[in-house]
Amino acid sequence: MARVDIQMQVRSVNGSIAVVSLDGEIDVYTSPKVKDFIGKLIDKGTYTFAIDMQNVRYIDSTGLGVLIGGLKRVREHGGAVTLVSTNPQTRKIFDITGLIKVFDIYDSVDEAVNALK
Amino acid sequence: MMQAREVGAEIPEIEVRIPSRAEWVALARLAVATVAARMHFNVDEIADLKLAVAEACTNAIQHARESDEIVITCRIYHEGLQITVRDFGIGTEAERIRSRDLGEPRVGGLGVYLIRALMDEVEYRVERDSGTVLTMFKRFGDSSR
Repeated sequence: MARVDIQMQVRSVNGSIAVVSLDGEIDVYTSPKVKDFIGKLIDKGTYTFAIDMQNVRYIDSTGLGVLIGGLKRVREHGGAVTLVSTNPQTRKIFDITGLIKVFDIYDSVDEAVNALK
Repeated sequence: MMQAREVGAEIPEIEVRIPSRAEWVALARLAVATVAARMHFNVDEIADLKLAVAEACTNAIQHARESDEIVITCRIYHEGLQITVRDFGIGTEAERIRSRDLGEPRVGGLGVYLIRALMDEVEYRVERDSGTVLTMFKRFGDSSR
């Protein structure tokens, strides 16, 4: 059985943009971990994020909630969030929920980072 | 109301019981995905079914008070798959079964919206003293089977 968990990594670009790479499944069990991970980065003063979801095999409404919550927090500080995903199912969920209009989703990390510069 | 249908398999009903806890929702969606794959739903439809059942379980975990178990029942019909998700919580909140309007993005409230968007028929039945039953049906698409 595939590992039902989430791995998270962050690296800094230009000192101000955090590229957060997520690997795994984001559901009601793992989304609190993602929320905590991103929340701590925001607490430390990072307000600009490119979230790489290319290795996210599954996301549900709790995962979307984490992304919306993060976006709201960084916007309060003039920040922004871009997403990276080529997964058709992930894009479909953003489309159905209307979040495609809220988040800019790119095909590569480079594109998502450049959009934040 | 759900339509009356004829069963479509020798073993028409498969039941999975999970503890009403977040770490077990993955089991529910994997079980439903396995049933759907056996029925030859296509990859996109299986993804829809997994998400719908996970949202239903998540809803039960987050809102059903004093329910320690969720029962997921798959019924196989000629036209598609019916999934019933039952919890044993006391009472319910109106918010829980309402599909919200999409407008200003906010945290939470998307689960029921997604279920209604991904499934062909959805019906909630709240039983005051014995819990909530969500019944949903997914028809075979043109490219499945």
